Parts: sequence; structure tokens; C-alpha cells
Amino acid sequence: MRNKLASSDQLEALRALAPALAATSGHDVGGGRFATGLASLDDHLGGGLGAASLHDLYAGAGGDAPAALGFALGLAWRAAQATGERRPLIWGLDEGSRREIGRPYGPGLAELGLDPERVLLVEVRDAAALLGVGEEALASPAVGAVVLGAWGESKVFSLTASRRLAMAARTAGRTLMLVRAGADPTPGAAETRWRVRAASSAPLEAGAPGHPAVEAALIRHRGGVAPRTWIMEWDREQRSFIAPPPLSGGLVSRPADRAGHASAPGEGLRRAG
Amino acid sequence: MLVDKDRGALRITAADVTAQRAGLEPGLALADAQARVPTLEAWPHQPGEDDAFLTRLLEDFGRFTPMIARDAPHGLMLDVTGCAHLFGGEAGLMKQVAVRADALGLTTRLALAPTSQAARALARFGNGGRFGRAEARAAVRALSVEALELDPRDATALKRAGLKRIGDLDDRPRAPLAARFGADFPQRLARILSEADIRITPHRPPPPCVHDRRLVEPITETADIERVLGDLLAETTVWLERNGQGGRAFQAGFWRVDGQVRRVTVRTGRPTRDAAAVLRLFREKLAALPAPLDPGFGFDQLRLAVPLIAPLIERQARLQAGGAGLLDPETPDLAPLIDRLTARLGEAAVLRFRSQGSHLPERAAVLVGAEEAGEGVAWPQPAPDDPPSRPLQLFVPPQPVEAVAEAPDGHPFRFRWRRVVHDVARAEGPERIAGEWWRSRTQRTRDYYRVEDREGRRFWLFRQGQYGDAEGPRWFIHGLFP
Repeated sequence: MRNKLASSDQLEALRALAPALAATSGHDVGGGRFATGLASLDDHLGGGLGAASLHDLYAGAGGDAPAALGFALGLAWRAAQATGERRPLIWGLDEGSRREIGRPYGPGLAELGLDPERVLLVEVRDAAALLGVGEEALASPAVGAVVLGAWGESKVFSLTASRRLAMAARTAGRTLMLVRAGADPTPGAAETRWRVRAASSAPLEAGAPGHPAVEAALIRHRGGVAPRTWIMEWDREQRSFIAPPPLSGGLVSRPADRAGHASAPGEGLRRAG
Repeated sequence: MLVDKDRGALRITAADVTAQRAGLEPGLALADAQARVPTLEAWPHQPGEDDAFLTRLLEDFGRFTPMIARDAPHGLMLDVTGCAHLFGGEAGLMKQVAVRADALGLTTRLALAPTSQAARALARFGNGGRFGRAEARAAVRALSVEALELDPRDATALKRAGLKRIGDLDDRPRAPLAARFGADFPQRLARILSEADIRITPHRPPPPCVHDRRLVEPITETADIERVLGDLLAETTVWLERNGQGGRAFQAGFWRVDGQVRRVTVRTGRPTRDAAAVLRLFREKLAALPAPLDPGFGFDQLRLAVPLIAPLIERQARLQAGGAGLLDPETPDLAPLIDRLTARLGEAAVLRFRSQGSHLPERAAVLVGAEEAGEGVAWPQPAPDDPPSRPLQLFVPPQPVEAVAEAPDGHPFRFRWRRVVHDVARAEGPERIAGEWWRSRTQRTRDYYRVEDREGRRFWLFRQGQYGDAEGPRWFIHGLFP
């Protein structure tokens, strides 16, 4: 009798878990979506990225880490906005990232149109602590979205860990962006997986670097959406990703621009270090 | 027996009971002592060790009362007002103190009196014991005038005048005594006679709210420790509620059977009396301690103190307050998350950005603890339509790079950073930022450039110094743009 009771309890628990399990293993991605602002991307993904999901972002190379973090912060900001209240972002960063790309800088956030007062920075030592921060943050109803930045390969990023994070995001109904640099993609439970690279910006007058531009390649989607690559700019005023201006938009960076603003290296050139 | 060098000879500074029975008193030269007792054992006196031991002792005896102080040169003063009932009355308390001291191998003399100075006199110059107000007065009157701890010359003068006991002085008018021995003399007399009291200055300021649990059986298991902490927190919550206060810091003290004391403090961003939340913080903190809590043979006393209290403002009141940002009353409450992360990772790990209004990039904004009070200045608004002029990530300090640039103030064409050569495709600059000359004369002016390499990566570089300077210009990378 007791045994039967216990098993019926377990069954009940299993039933309660079923929808969440379906979400992490199946194709249905519930919990709403948030738009990136880039129409071609949002259309391709059927309205945007899953709001209650884990998204894996891989920097194309170490040097693309700032671009990947910028992309993740922009997306996370939009996800937090989509929750309807002024909920803050939690930004976790491991020691490796801080060593390689420096510490987050408030004025830089403000320059992206992201209010630094609404970002809580959590600096941790290693990947394990970083994942702990992710789970802890998702457990708080006050959090809008979470961005985690990690540097290098680590065994901590296992399939199990990925499933836990995906489940936590699903349960919380919040977005978690896991940004990894200096690491190759590993199997995971993320709804989408991206490879992010810095893209040449559309130059301004006198050949000045333009607005932040990023090349984001969707390399895997749990819903089976076909891989595709987009180049986009970040619009500070709209806090939105937009298509780059037509003239300069393109996959190929154009060294020809250089001649427009700078004279060829010549007499006046000096070396210093 | 301990000896130390004094006036050119090794002299006894401390002698145990056996030595004192043999007539060896502090002050005696070691050579004389050895002549009298050839078998004596002497060690060099180490005042630092004494001091450290007394401090450990102080922590341990803090279990009896938080109002505890060192009583120079080698005593402890405990203010047990309102504590005795916890230990079975005054007699029970004294017994427990004696048992504890005995277990530590100490030779002690205890006195319990209505005032601290009377107790001191009775312990040091009498035989100790427990005294009520009237008894204390009588006992002190019987003490030698040395108990006043006067200058030796004054003590001798008193004795020569035939005033040998405190009682002799007490019977005389005080004014002439003040005229002869100084204005504070009557005060001193009044204090040891329990006519006047002076507050002791405790070793640690006593927290406003303290709850203790003494355990008959020492505990070692984490589950037991948490249960006791939970009980103490429940009592604390009742106290806080009754006083309309919330705690901003909670300190748990763990007294080990062998006298070791460990204290663990958790802090909260806002005053709280949520026992469950505080217990969770303790759980996190105890799990994350760099040196784990070692129960040894068990803890026999736990104390929960609230060193920092503040009026607990209810949620409703907060809604009327203005403000923005992380602790914005209109956003859902982030404080519990901040507390949990802080307990787990430490205060230095949970940070927020604060604008400082300096034009020098590394001082323009700082990262401060998320719970640190104080508002920064407003964040500078970026110029519309301009791309970011400040990087998302900053190197502090800036990292040196090798750069090739056009003199005198052209942007770099090429630079090498971390052994990788970057060819500059786009650049803007210079933005000249002068050093803060009022802080440091050596800070030099910097010329900043935003550059983008052929792969689309954006960097913030600066040149310090000019071409043609004696030192020449040096290039640095200060930050990275997304």
C-alpha cells in the first residue's frame, strides 16, 4: 500500500515535470519570445529568441569576446524589457574574462544606452562559481535577464550543467545568455547556439569607426530552424539591433575605406611602444 | 617560573604557587633564587605570549557575558549584570567560571562585587569571594591601603601616618586626604568602597541584541548547529519585532569546548527580521568559509548577536521613496539576491557601477559593493547619433602596445598587442585628456584614439607623451569596444 502511494506521488511529480522536460528536450519552446529588432532575424526565428531559455554564444575568436558580450548584453536588455518591469540585468564574469578583456566599464554601458544603474555585476573566480551565480540569479523574481561571460575551455560546461541552466531559465521564465570565448562549442541544452564575431562598422565621416556592428551566425537551433548568418548594428536610441546601412553592409570588410581618411604610411611614420 | 632581564640582572617576573611557597617572589634575582632553590625551572618571560593568551581567554570567557574587558595587568573584568540567572545565579556563575579556569590550568582568584573596582580590589588584595553591597564594603574596609593602588610613596606615607587599612581612611574626612594625595583620591576610595561605579569598557562593544544558547551536550553536526541557530534567530526576530527594528548584520558566535571561539557574520542590504532568510545566509556563508567551521570536540555555546540594527521600514513606506537603479523601490526586490550572492562570494564580488564625474577614464566610474551606501553623480549622456566614445571593457592599468603612427598626432596605422599585429582600418582621434595635475604631478596628458582593425574589432588606444619629448611617446591600450 505504502509503496503504491509513493509511486503515485512520484508519478504526480513526473507529470508536473513533464512540460518542462518537453521544453528542454523537444521542439516546443514556450514561455514567450522577445524580438531582437532585426526583422530578418526575428522572422527567421518565428518572432525572436525564446524568453525563458538558455542561449549559448561563442566568440568566433578570443578577440571577438567584446563583440559577443555586447551582443549578449543587447539581447539580454531587450529580454529584460520584455518582462514588462524595470528589472535589472545580472552580469556574471569569470576571472579569465577579466584578465583577457578587462573589467566592465560603466560609461561604456551607458554609451550603449544600457543604464549602468540597472546592471548588477558579479565577479567570480571560475566557471563553477559562474554557473552558481546563473542559477541563483534565475531563482530571484527580481531579475530581468542574466548574462554570464566565461573564458576558456572547462569541463564544468557539461551537458548536465547546460540542462540545469536551461531548466532554471525555463522555470524562472527568464533569459540566460552564456557567452564563452576561447572555447569550442560543446553539446548543450540551449535553445539557440551562436557564433559571434566583430564586424566592420559602417564608417562615419573622416573614416571614424561607426556604430557597434556584429556578425552573428546561428549554428544550431533546438527547433530545427536553419542556420544563417546576420550582420547587424546596435542602435543606442532604440536599444535595438538594426540592419547596417545598405552601402556599408556586407560580409567583407573593406580595407579600401582606409585610403579615404588616412594618407598612406609615409615620411612622418614613427614607431613607438 | 618566568624570568626577564631587569636592572642588569635576570629577575623573576612570575612564579607559580609552588615557587611562591618556597619564598620566591617576583623581583628576586634569578641567581639568588637558584641559590635558595637549586631545582627551580625558569623560562624567559614573553610578554607577547601573555598578551595573546589573555586575548584568547577574553574571547572564551565572553561566553558568560558580552560585557567583558581586560583588567590590567593580568585580569579579566566581567560585567555580569543580568547574566547570572543564565548560569544558576551568582554562586552558580562563579562556580562555572572557576571550573572553566581550572580546566584551562589557571590559578585564579575570583571576586564578585557590586562595582568593578571593589571586585578588583577584593580579587587582587583580598581572598576573593562573592559579596553583596554591605559585605563588600566591610571586606574592602579590611583591606590594606595598597588596594587603592596608589603611588608607592603615597602608600608608604599613609602607613607611616598609621593609616594601614582602607577602613582607617574611610573613617576620616575626605577633604584633607584630597588636599594631601590629590583630587582623585576620594574618588578612588569611593569606587573601591562601592559608593561610586565606573562602567567597564568592553573588549567589543556589546551588540544591542544578544541571544545565547548554552548546550548541555556539545554539538558537532551541521544539522544541529543549524537547528540551534534557527532557534536563536526565532528569539532574535521576536526581540526585533518588539523593538520595531531590523538587523543589517547578524553575528553567530561558536564557543568550542576547548575555549576556541569562532565568529561568523552575515550582512544584509536592508534591515530584516526574516529568520528563514538570515538562516539561509548563514548556511551559504558557513558552506563558503575559507577555513571551515571546525567543531573539534563540539560547541557548547552558541550566541546570536545583532551588531547592526536599523528601524525596519515596511514595504509600504518604501513605495513613497524616490530613487532609481538597483534598489529602486518600483522594481521587485533585488536585495535578497544581493545578500545571497554576497554571503556566498564575498562583498568584493557583488558590484554595481558608480559614476564619479571625473574626466579621467579610470576615475570616471568605479565598481563598488552592491550594498555600499551613497549615490554617484549622473551618468554622462552620450551624444546622439555618435558611436560609443567609451569602451565596454576597461583595462586597469592600461596595457602597453607597440604602435606605428604618424607624427606628431596621427592615429596608429598598426599596433601590436599580445603578440598579435592589428592593422588599423578606421580611426578617430585624438581626444585629448589631461592628467589630474592636482592629484599627481607626474600624470601626463593622453591622446586617445578609437580604432578599428581589419577584422572589425574596436580598440581604445592612447598615446602618452609627444614625439620629440625626451622620453618619447608611449602607446597603451585602455579598453575594448563591442
